[in-house]
Amino acid sequence: MKRKSSFWKDFKKQWYYYAMVTPVIILVFIFSYLPLYGLVIAFQKYNPALGFRSAWVGLDNFIFLFKQPNFVRTIWNTLYIAVLKIAGGILVPVTVSLLLNEVRNARMKHMFQTAVYLPYFLSWVLLAGVLMDILGTDGIINQTLKQLGLGSVNFLGNAKIFPWTMIVSDIWKNFGFGTVVYLAALTGIDPGLYEAAVVDGAGRWKQTVYITLPQLTPTIVLMSVLALGGVLNAGFDQIYNLYSPIVFTTGDIIDTYVYRLGITQAQYSIGTAVGLFKSAVSAVLICSSYYLADRFTGYRVF
Amino acid sequence: MNRYCRTRAQKLFSVFNTIFLILISLTCILPFVHLLAVSFSGATAVAAGEVLFLPVDFTLSSYIFALSGRFPKALLISLGRVLLGVAVNLTACVLTAYPLSRSISQFRGRNIIAGYFIVTMIINGGLIPTYLVVAKLGLLNSVWALVLPTLLPVNSMLILMNFIRQLPDELEEAAMIDGAGPFRILWSVLLPLLKPALATIALFSIIFHWNDWLGGMIYIKDIRSYPLQTYLQTLLKSMDEILRTAGNDYVKMISMMNARTGRAAQLFLDALPVILIYPFLQRYFAAGLVIGSVKG
Repeated sequence: MKRKSSFWKDFKKQWYYYAMVTPVIILVFIFSYLPLYGLVIAFQKYNPALGFRSAWVGLDNFIFLFKQPNFVRTIWNTLYIAVLKIAGGILVPVTVSLLLNEVRNARMKHMFQTAVYLPYFLSWVLLAGVLMDILGTDGIINQTLKQLGLGSVNFLGNAKIFPWTMIVSDIWKNFGFGTVVYLAALTGIDPGLYEAAVVDGAGRWKQTVYITLPQLTPTIVLMSVLALGGVLNAGFDQIYNLYSPIVFTTGDIIDTYVYRLGITQAQYSIGTAVGLFKSAVSAVLICSSYYLADRFTGYRVF
Repeated sequence: MNRYCRTRAQKLFSVFNTIFLILISLTCILPFVHLLAVSFSGATAVAAGEVLFLPVDFTLSSYIFALSGRFPKALLISLGRVLLGVAVNLTACVLTAYPLSRSISQFRGRNIIAGYFIVTMIINGGLIPTYLVVAKLGLLNSVWALVLPTLLPVNSMLILMNFIRQLPDELEEAAMIDGAGPFRILWSVLLPLLKPALATIALFSIIFHWNDWLGGMIYIKDIRSYPLQTYLQTLLKSMDEILRTAGNDYVKMISMMNARTGRAAQLFLDALPVILIYPFLQRYFAAGLVIGSVKG
């Protein structure tokens, strides 16, 4: 009783805060929480006339899924592509930021940063168009390879090469962003540490190994741990715009599979079942990665 | 100081380092220079592989073709969508970040409400259930379908919340003593101070809405009302088709262009706004990272 009355007392004083958030709470409820309720159709045989009250079929959709060899293949493809993207997405920006940090001319440093940052801001639709043009059989890269007598490479149409085209182009698009993050961490290192090292006779290489890298480690750990939550996101926007049936064996990922099944073929229940499977695994991964980030680096989401 | 005392080995390293960084920068810029060159080149030169980074047989036909097709309308739809989307995102962020920046004693519901929003970051209904909800609300084919499902970008809201927390309390206390209520404080005292943070999250939001193509693909059923990215997405696979079905007026023009130059022109026009604004917004972007990383 006492608690309740004090809540109302607080509410009278604080109603304006509630008034501010309420419209957003309602809209978020409609657009984020109602779809959660819509997940029930993963356990139903969806019928448009009945909507979310369609007939229950229990786990049938999931059993059907895991019996599909194509679906199991997408899980493997997703993990393969995503893990390599994460690894390269840490290694490349760390290296580039270390090299950029050695550039003394501030103007030049800024110019490099601006240049490598460009692809990060462009959409995958646009970059897919650019990649299709330059990687095509008569594109600039294959023209150059032919002139060098190396023969042409089918970057987008060869199932063996396709995943690597995805991995490298994804790292290319995003490394500018990572570089800026690591560069920010590098500028935060106490210059006193370097001065002490110089007194002790350490050269640039030793300074990098014994000061810069250890100082950078928390940021690297943090970025790696946070990236873990996205291990089932192998990049829908990129792959959907660049793949074709010839490369499905190695290039089809969970998200493109859901899209074809759920949206293109309008199999709502099975599409939702795949989506649910993926979000459940992702949610566990995200929560563990936040927990690990908190454990190791003291990072808090809020 | 001594950190920069240089030996010969260091000078050599510096030279190689600069060359290496120039090469890396070029990989990020040259593809777009090539795209520009292709878009201004004649079809035969492009097909023969003569075009590198400068146009060959300079022609504007690809651009004239682009601007006389569906491109201009798709561009306008995208601009409208970006404006509406940014307005909605910023409003939602401000209305939630300010109350949530209060301590639990100032705003009793704080933790529960913050949790309510953060949950949406971790779990969501996914593509199909969200589509079904939007369809049920009758929003298909409306610009609201592109804007409302992502009305509250939680990351941006957290950035803003942390920014507000770092402002000195005295400002608000002084305003309160002057008799200003919370709405007044938010509008007249806080908003002017929040400009850098708002610019940062507006940038995230502009880029998101400009670049999003899937929303248009799923929620807009009428091809003629596609926003720019969605329209370009269809172009990636069907440019030849569009050229083949183009009317008689274009026959002359088409002799000067092909699918590759036509596509290049439209892709370049799409990239242009981003290329023009991002260098100026870059410092806000970096500022956003710093703001976001300081936890309250």
